[in-house]
Amino acid sequence: MQQEDTVRLIEDWTKTHGRTRDRLLPLLHMLQEEIGFIDDAAIPAIAKNLNLSRADVHGVVTFYHDFRRAPAGRHVVKFCRAESCQARGAAAMEKAAAERLGVPMGETRPDGQVTLEPIYCLGLCAIGPNALVDGRPVARIDTAALERIAQEIAA
Amino acid sequence: MTRVYISRDMASVALGADDVARAFEAAGCEVVRTGSRGLFSIEPLVEVENEGQRIGFGPVGPADVATVLDGSHKARLGNVADLPFFAGQQRFTFARCGIIDPLSLQDYAEHDGWRGLDAARAMPPQAVVDAVKASGLRGRGGAGFPTGVKWQTVLEAASDAKFIVCNADEGDSGTFADRMLMEGDPFCLIEGMAIAGHAVGAGHGYIYIRSEYPFAIAAMQEAIALSAARIAPFTLEVRVGAGAYVCGEETALLDSIEGKRGQVRAKPPLPALQGLFGQPTVINNVLSLAAVPFILAEGAEAYATIGFGRSRGTMPVQLAGNVKHGGLYEIGFGITLGELVNAIGGGTASGRPVRAVQVGGPLGAYFPPGMFDLPFDYEAFAQAGGLIGHAGITVFDDSVDMAHMARFAMEFCAVESCGKCTPCRIGSTRGVEVMDRIIAARDSAPAVPAERHWEGYLQKALHSRTPDRIDTGLEAQTTLLRDLCDTMKYGSLCALGGFTPYPVLSALDHFPEDFGAPAPIKEAAE
Ligand SMILES: Cc1cc2nc3c(=O)[nH]c(=O)nc-3n(C[C@H](O)[C@H](O)[C@H](O)COP(=O)(O)O)c2cc1C
Ligand code: SF4
Ligand code: FES
Repeated sequence: MQQEDTVRLIEDWTKTHGRTRDRLLPLLHMLQEEIGFIDDAAIPAIAKNLNLSRADVHGVVTFYHDFRRAPAGRHVVKFCRAESCQARGAAAMEKAAAERLGVPMGETRPDGQVTLEPIYCLGLCAIGPNALVDGRPVARIDTAALERIAQEIAA
Repeated sequence: MTRVYISRDMASVALGADDVARAFEAAGCEVVRTGSRGLFSIEPLVEVENEGQRIGFGPVGPADVATVLDGSHKARLGNVADLPFFAGQQRFTFARCGIIDPLSLQDYAEHDGWRGLDAARAMPPQAVVDAVKASGLRGRGGAGFPTGVKWQTVLEAASDAKFIVCNADEGDSGTFADRMLMEGDPFCLIEGMAIAGHAVGAGHGYIYIRSEYPFAIAAMQEAIALSAARIAPFTLEVRVGAGAYVCGEETALLDSIEGKRGQVRAKPPLPALQGLFGQPTVINNVLSLAAVPFILAEGAEAYATIGFGRSRGTMPVQLAGNVKHGGLYEIGFGITLGELVNAIGGGTASGRPVRAVQVGGPLGAYFPPGMFDLPFDYEAFAQAGGLIGHAGITVFDDSVDMAHMARFAMEFCAVESCGKCTPCRIGSTRGVEVMDRIIAARDSAPAVPAERHWEGYLQKALHSRTPDRIDTGLEAQTTLLRDLCDTMKYGSLCALGGFTPYPVLSALDHFPEDFGAPAPIKEAAE
């Protein structure tokens, strides 16, 4: 997306949704949804439209784990690392996932096809190991399930 | 046309419920999507309606349509409510979950919905607050603070603008009751919040839902739109979190709604007096608010008669981790940990012996089976060096490495620390390093101990971070770990830094053999 399009997106959104400070998180969610990440270049426009300092906006963007500052891969696998999934063998599956998908945890594969990210609990704690694959919940991940995920991502 | 009921809960969908629902639709059935009944070993569950009765089958796959419909499927369960897992429960808050269509106003009204709100609105606000006080309801988000007392403070605060905030950040591993309720009976939460609004004089409410719960976000947004007229003039909106665990802490949550970094505020002022946008604010967990319609509809007495000691009413307990029959089990306080894990949960899913359970999420203590006679009660758990928290129980089998779990607790704290205070922000990172040294020392063959001057080991361990100048031995590092936990416990502003020592020290105290120390002397085997 061109820089001027991003600026227009921000202006249009704030026109309908308001310019008060409490709009910042909804605005960031909208941007990430539309563009895929929060571009540093968009921060001045966000700050201007909500009447905040750039440092303030930067502080918020970097505080929350959800907001990316670089584009993700075409597919995103968020793998649960929290205790209940660990109790069901998630650590070994996480390792297997990183190997099978060819990307270390927390990184995007060089070909841009997939990003593997940690997530701490999806509220599916009795049926782990769990992951969100492009937003879709997948439970009881074993080698076979991992293979299906890998096929999906290769496509 | 045959009517079948299939859950649309995120857990059911993760196990394939959408494919099953599509298969039944293709076969010409009328499919009603419900919330989850709460027992995941039978999901995807299909209930076939037959002469007003529901016959359950589960787990069921998309290829099983024919055998389910002719009744010959081998996973036939009969009436689901009669299964032992459900028959023993006391479902006050989750009475409708898994039974009704969560987004049908008609279903909700036909199953006792809105009775609490109608009763409340026929009463003066003080009488509603009194009823909540009399029920003995305590906050289900973790701290167990009496809900009625909190509401009283907000009622008495003079202001034109007050708010009701629902804490649906449910970040604890091993918990999913908030999620299940929001997906399976969202009007119940809405009704509870509208009652709170009437009780304290608030006109607007926020539901702050973590972004990891896309299904709950969608269900709540839809339910709010559908019920707007019913709860008017009270209004509600959903706010979506952004992946910060600490935003479950109430003041960090308020800052997050205000569009700031989710950093913890110092108290006082209490949120009840100066909360959201500086105004008097009720902030309660989903389960606290969702318990209120029952209390107003059935009377405080009906709620308060159930329970144990100062823990009144029911708790939706969540059985998670390596457990055979994981799910949601709502029961009066007082049931023991052992009953929950072994009798109801059926022990581990792996079939190996239970070695540890963590109660109350990442800030909760680890307990060995030797402590399974603990009754589920706020005070009993506090006395045993732990907490109930949001009532999630994570079961581990004997393959668990407790030193690794202690390290994880420190790592999680380091990842999620809001950064406001040093013991938590720095201490957690140092804690990971200390745990790494303990694990390394444990794993390197315990050779003949080198000559060490133990008197000065703490001094020495703290002296420098250059590995060759630190005493990296087990004893020195274990002492350092305890010292660090002490600093975090007493020096942190909120429970993230303050309670991380619970899982760490309970692991160390109950499972010293995993930290390279001699195993505790076992009591006589049963
Ligand atoms: C780090 C941290 C995380 C918390 N997470 C949650 C949470 O996810 N949900 C919740 O209801 N309370 C959470 N709490 C507790 C809240 O601060 C607060 O006590 C609660 O929302 C009050 O509601 P209640 O009285 O209904 O329990 C958390 C506290 C801390 C310190
Ligand atoms: S204990 Fe940790 S999370 Fe809590 S206020 Fe201090 S730094 Fe923030
Ligand atoms: S711990 Fe993985 S879903 Fe809760």
